Amino acid sequence: MAITFTLNGKPVTVDTEADTPLLWVLRDEVGLTGTKFGCGAALCGACTVHLDGAPTRSCQTPISSVAGKKVATIESLSHDNTHPLQKAWIAHDVPQCGYCQSGQLMSAAALLAGNPNPSDSDIDDAMSGNICRCGTYTRIRAAIKDAAAEMRAKA
Amino acid sequence: MTQSRRDFLKTSAALSGGLILGVYLPLGHAATAAAGTSAQQPNAWVRISHDNSITLICARSEMGQGVYTALPLLVAEELGVDLHKVKVEIAPPDPAYVNALLGAQITGGSTSVRDGWEKLRIGGAQARTMLVTAAAQQWKVDPAACRVQDGYVIGPAGKKASYGQLVGAAAKLPVPKDVVLKQPQDYTQIGRPTKRLDTPSKVNGTAQFGIDVKLPGMVYASLEQCPVIGGKVVAFDATKARAMPGVIDVVQIGDGVAVVANTYWRAFKARQTLDVKWDEGSVAQLDNAVMMDGIAQAAAHEKVLNIAKTGDADAALKGAAKTLKVEYRSPMLAHATMEPQNFTAHYDNGKVLLVGPTQFQQGAVGNVAAALGVKPEDITLKTTFLGGGFGRRLELDFIVQAAQISKAVGKPVKLLWSREDDTTHDFYRPLALHRMEAGLDATGKPVALTFQLTSQSITQRAFGLPKDTLDPFMTEAAVVPYTIPNMRQDLVIHDAGLRVGYWRSVSHALNAFANESFIDELAAAAGKDPYQYRLGLLAPDSRLANVARLAGDKAGWGTALPTGHVRGVAVMDGYDSHFAMVLEASKDGDDITVHRVVVAADVGQMINPDTVEAQIQSSIVFGLSAALGDQVTLVKGRVQQRNFDSYPVLRMYQMPKVDVILVKNTEKPGGVGEPVTAMVAPALGNALFALTGKRVRQLPFSAENIANA
Repeated sequence: MAITFTLNGKPVTVDTEADTPLLWVLRDEVGLTGTKFGCGAALCGACTVHLDGAPTRSCQTPISSVAGKKVATIESLSHDNTHPLQKAWIAHDVPQCGYCQSGQLMSAAALLAGNPNPSDSDIDDAMSGNICRCGTYTRIRAAIKDAAAEMRAKA
Repeated sequence: MTQSRRDFLKTSAALSGGLILGVYLPLGHAATAAAGTSAQQPNAWVRISHDNSITLICARSEMGQGVYTALPLLVAEELGVDLHKVKVEIAPPDPAYVNALLGAQITGGSTSVRDGWEKLRIGGAQARTMLVTAAAQQWKVDPAACRVQDGYVIGPAGKKASYGQLVGAAAKLPVPKDVVLKQPQDYTQIGRPTKRLDTPSKVNGTAQFGIDVKLPGMVYASLEQCPVIGGKVVAFDATKARAMPGVIDVVQIGDGVAVVANTYWRAFKARQTLDVKWDEGSVAQLDNAVMMDGIAQAAAHEKVLNIAKTGDADAALKGAAKTLKVEYRSPMLAHATMEPQNFTAHYDNGKVLLVGPTQFQQGAVGNVAAALGVKPEDITLKTTFLGGGFGRRLELDFIVQAAQISKAVGKPVKLLWSREDDTTHDFYRPLALHRMEAGLDATGKPVALTFQLTSQSITQRAFGLPKDTLDPFMTEAAVVPYTIPNMRQDLVIHDAGLRVGYWRSVSHALNAFANESFIDELAAAAGKDPYQYRLGLLAPDSRLANVARLAGDKAGWGTALPTGHVRGVAVMDGYDSHFAMVLEASKDGDDITVHRVVVAADVGQMINPDTVEAQIQSSIVFGLSAALGDQVTLVKGRVQQRNFDSYPVLRMYQMPKVDVILVKNTEKPGGVGEPVTAMVAPALGNALFALTGKRVRQLPFSAENIANA
């Protein structure tokens, strides 16, 4: 079936089976590979995107449910690493293998969109769905706080 | 250990029919890498274009540990260029890039910096010397009157030429044999925290992992493997799968049945409809109890190999005032890299292109050559970033599978495993049983210690280590660093029936759990503080004693803690580095919380101290995941864990505060990627003992194992 949705601000139409997860539409059909596959069961958060602004596991989101909605992926954060979260991630050298980081950043972006000054427990709540096997959690926490401070200063 | 390991692997490779040595490619790949461009390559590490753009070659796989930054940094330091102004490429398979500590082009064993420390600086210095010589010849001046700065040679009287201008002449000069390396006080890059070169691409989705590879005309494969590892296809019916949307072909390979489609999802979905009859093979008889029983039987009855011996432990045990005799058990563990196993292959008329994440380039080429019946020199391998390695990507199964599927369908194929495939078809950390015995004198000092590890040899399978030979990857950290006059360390190698693999820190994790738990038990039996007891048994001027004091001071060992909080300690020498850990934990019902982990580390000369800190943070998380609840169990040969629900790993809310103290010195660099992983389980077990008085000798520290302790 043909499904139209907004991807990173632009309309796209795909023609695929209704149960195809958004993740695989993004990766294999649209060709945006920044969003990663980790578990296929909404357990690891590597595939996190924003669906109408809410952090969503794209591996468990059938494309049929995306029709008419707005999808934002890591590619929309910024291409030139100027988003406060990207700057903070670089300042703290957060990534190691880096595979989970698209999902981490998208979860963090959703957190900061709704909470300009997250506490440690806010960060735990928002980020505990995102697994990092390299163990970058300490730096993620610090980077989120720095990014939040920058965003507050600009606001 | 390093020396013996290197010698061993050389010997082993020769004995095994040349798995490692036999896959060396003909000379010249590195030298011709720049062919067709205007670039010149003075040696295997440096490529300079006439426009002065500089590319440094990184011969190890970047899997998070920071080699993509640290290794080129060593070249850049001596070449006289700013690391942040060069490009870095991952090396192709080539003899020039063999890891001398492991005998092949392998990323593992926390060896990358140790292997590269001399040769990369020499490579940079040679290239610099050639450039300076070329400039001096052009200017007709003494090379000693020239210096280098940021990619330029600067001569007397304002003479200045870029490396790009000089490289044509420099490349025609002989490679200097003796080059003088910088003294530590002259380093401008080594030892200073620097930003990783791979971070920018890892925060905007552009970093290329194996899963992101796309070749023209590429199709996607999902592979059904036998639910029992090692099982073979007897027959299959793919009628339904073939009728599903996007399915291009269904092919049988040695490890199973692959559905090939025009997207991954279609291949994966169609795969669910396959009807496969399996010959499950010998593993179908296995479950955990059978395997551990086999290990225990072997411990009592099979051939004992001696690792090390000091004094007469048996006699000293007989004369001891007090003796302790206990056993420790470690479970099987999966690697669970975030990026599931995958590889992209294109078999085309006898030539093969392989692209993807691997820790073992020559193994990939060798095994694919053998499996497909092609010549190694007809295989091209490009290494992407690795979404985690931890030892899993030393294995070659998924690479061979991708190549076989591509050959069967005649197209470029990306094979991607599901998370369930990945968890159920790993090469697991082997089961281990430690039998420990010690004797104390009347003052509580240990006078005798015996150690016997019974476990499975990974190296027998992976590198053809002959039977009844000490496997150096089983004896790491087997000998305690403590002054005990009579000791004997023994090893029993027993094949428990399921394939096993190298898991971050390898046998350090098994042996440090036993040794660092047992020394705590001895302290308790002696009525002594476990931290002071250790310090009393370490040579006071040793690097290990130094880090032990630093960690104890930082953690405030002996000072008051909040009610219900306790501390545990572990120390370890490993990978030519020295570590001490103090861990603070509490327990509420079955829930263990680790509040803080302090690690003091002496890893010798650091290349990028920020990466050293990151690797210690990382190792703590990896070790804590395993200690708190990870284990792989088998029922009728079927791995029971499938995804992150049944194989839980540490999450943000469980992350302790971490304090890392880095000792600065200019000793030879030691390894940092793995060692601290091994220390978490004993430090946590020791804390739990301090809290409950119960010694948990079976990992993980699950509610069940704690209840049974």
